[in-house]
Amino acid sequence: MSKTISEIHEIRAKKQKDLLIRTDPSAVPTKEGGRMHILVCGGTGCTSSNSLKIMEELEILIRTSGMQDDIKIVKTGCFGLCAKGPIVMLYPDHIMYTLVQPEDVNEIFDSHVKNGIPVKRLLAGEQKDGEITNALDSLDFFSRQMRIALRNCGAINPEDIDEYIARDGYLALEKVLTEMEPEDVIDEIKASGLRGRGGGGFPTGVKWNFAAAQQEHEKYVCCNADEGDPGAFMDRSVLEGDPHSVIEAMIIAGYAIGASQGYIYVRAEYPIAVERLDIAIRQAREYGLLGEDILGKGFNFNLELRLGAGAFVCGEETALMTSVEGKRGEPRPRPPFPAVKGLFGKPTILNNVETYANIPVIILGGAQWFSSIGTEKSKGTKVFAIGGKINNTGLVEIPMGTTLREIIFDIGGGIPNGKKFKAAQTGGPSGGCIPASELDTPIDYDSLIALGSMMGSGGLIVMDEDTCMVDLAKFFLEFTVDESCGKCPPCRIGVKRMLEIVTRITEGEGCPEDLELLEILARNIKAGALCGLGQTAPNPVLSTMKYFKDEYLAHVIDKKCPAGVCRSMLKFLIAQDTCKRCGICKKNCPANAISGDKNTPFSIDQDKCIKCGVCMEKCPFKSILKNA
Amino acid sequence: MSSTELNQNATEQYQLLLAAIARHRNDRGALIPILHEAQEIFGYLPLEVQRTISEELNIPLAEIFGVVSFYSQFSIYPKGKYRINVCMGTACYVKGSGDILDKFKERLSIDIGECTEDGRYSLDACRCIGACGLAPVVTVNDEVFGKLNADDVDGIIDRFEKLEDIK
Repeated sequence: MSKTISEIHEIRAKKQKDLLIRTDPSAVPTKEGGRMHILVCGGTGCTSSNSLKIMEELEILIRTSGMQDDIKIVKTGCFGLCAKGPIVMLYPDHIMYTLVQPEDVNEIFDSHVKNGIPVKRLLAGEQKDGEITNALDSLDFFSRQMRIALRNCGAINPEDIDEYIARDGYLALEKVLTEMEPEDVIDEIKASGLRGRGGGGFPTGVKWNFAAAQQEHEKYVCCNADEGDPGAFMDRSVLEGDPHSVIEAMIIAGYAIGASQGYIYVRAEYPIAVERLDIAIRQAREYGLLGEDILGKGFNFNLELRLGAGAFVCGEETALMTSVEGKRGEPRPRPPFPAVKGLFGKPTILNNVETYANIPVIILGGAQWFSSIGTEKSKGTKVFAIGGKINNTGLVEIPMGTTLREIIFDIGGGIPNGKKFKAAQTGGPSGGCIPASELDTPIDYDSLIALGSMMGSGGLIVMDEDTCMVDLAKFFLEFTVDESCGKCPPCRIGVKRMLEIVTRITEGEGCPEDLELLEILARNIKAGALCGLGQTAPNPVLSTMKYFKDEYLAHVIDKKCPAGVCRSMLKFLIAQDTCKRCGICKKNCPANAISGDKNTPFSIDQDKCIKCGVCMEKCPFKSILKNA
Repeated sequence: MSSTELNQNATEQYQLLLAAIARHRNDRGALIPILHEAQEIFGYLPLEVQRTISEELNIPLAEIFGVVSFYSQFSIYPKGKYRINVCMGTACYVKGSGDILDKFKERLSIDIGECTEDGRYSLDACRCIGACGLAPVVTVNDEVFGKLNADDVDGIIDRFEKLEDIK
């Protein structure tokens, strides 16, 4: 049943009362004192480590104890602290449990739910003097963040539209449809300084303005949810944790540019996101927030989901549109830009998930507020997916201009196992590496470009001293060679040649001229490739050559891999002074390359050795050394 | 399965396919959604299935094959009963997913994209599944195994072998 504006207001007011327990527990009426909300993370990370089983067991316990009227279990989206999942959060106590296993459920239930005594061993973070004041806010991981795009992730049930409405959801849409002309919306977005969060950083309002200016009856609004950068998962988390924010923003965009149809192009690799989007679209339709005559204001807008099928190039805007049209997702030359001639040949705007998630907040909070956050040319916040060799793997949202050091060491908790930070990689296969010397650079779109990397969608992979930068460059080239669509020769042939050269360097067959050759190839590919994939494909090589030239030289001149990663340059040796001649290495060597016995020193026949490293792994005395 | 059972099974699958085509045929850009459903029904996209879609939608078979071969999620070969995917995203890669992939190849004696002779396992290197907090990650059908190292590979296969033995 379609809802009127006042009916939506009633839903909001009613649900807000229910959610007080999470937002402002002190305001909950005392007669409701026994109530409790237990939030369980239902994001991809936590469900992969059994969070749904935890939910089920909690439900059974609560039902069998007859407490189902007072205690509500809520499946939420991602909390962001993925390394510590599964995560369970209890309100009104505001207490977060991490690394919860199904076996722990009984203890949480008996101790905390029934008797109000928190289970200390599962608490997030260190507690001071055994005192639990506010477990969540005491964690650097959360207190240093500023959550705008992720505002509802981990806070609401994404499959319940009422919870989104209670958090001022669809209020921006109401404001736009009742108080603002399309050009006011565009002006507001322009004034906010919001730039595309998917990689390029193009000003969103300017893009909308181009499309709005086209005198065409048929226009389209698209959402790029084909999050292809390996290691980036913020869009997935927004879709899983707060799908309505994207839907609301797309309706607003449709109103602003004069479109009545939208498409969300989402990766098929994200089944949970697809399912929640599907549910959210259905609910929005039921409430009359999608469809004809939205909120009785005479504006029509419809939304359809389209699933990707595993092609990285479809994250490029023209390729994405070609794919929505049901064809091979190959990019096409620009101009004409999509805002003039896009999907089905009509004016189209395409923004990514995180960009859309910012829109309702900007409309409600105002451009002035939004543009007060961030740096001069990069406004607002950015979500980073931090992964790789870092303690707090997960999602963090921070104001633009935060330094890499703050992200990695303060929020991310530093590098595990006492290793040294070597570099951070941003922008995925299109980006580059940032060395330790640049840790204090404030991060925004422009500073990252100046460093030879780029924002990309916000994947941030941390590497320690065990990572070989040449091998990493090879990894990204393999990726782009694999994902090149083959349409333009610079990308199809050029990147392949780069990969061949880098491969030969990692195999100890490189020569100093190879480095020069790589640079020439890279320059030409950047200048000549048709789309963003090819134009940026050389970046990982260029930036690693810029900051880690020594490592390349070690490979080509000394034929050594300083990080000990490139196998063909490795040599395993036995340290005679610590070797106890136990024979374990000899027993485990698959190539029979080790000889020796109690009376003769052990040694490795380098001609036979296949460099598998088993001996080093098995040696109980750490007497096998990897010599680069 | 007897040959009549096989035929019956195939007929049912084709009926499902025709229903899927009917559902989408009026959508703009219907081909990819139909291919997704077809793969769901048949497990892969053999030439006969592509031909049926071609005839029903009046799109040349070559164009359909062009789309199928473009996207890595579409397969023209059957997959194993247990579809093993090793995530090769950056976060998994820097944490050693390459070694895990090698170990699967060695244990199953198959390469990426192949299926064991008994049809039990197929092995693929997949793109980032976004579970970077659990890196390195392997999925078997819909089940996710996280925080692995190469030594865990045997345990995973053994578990599925045991399941098969019970049957």
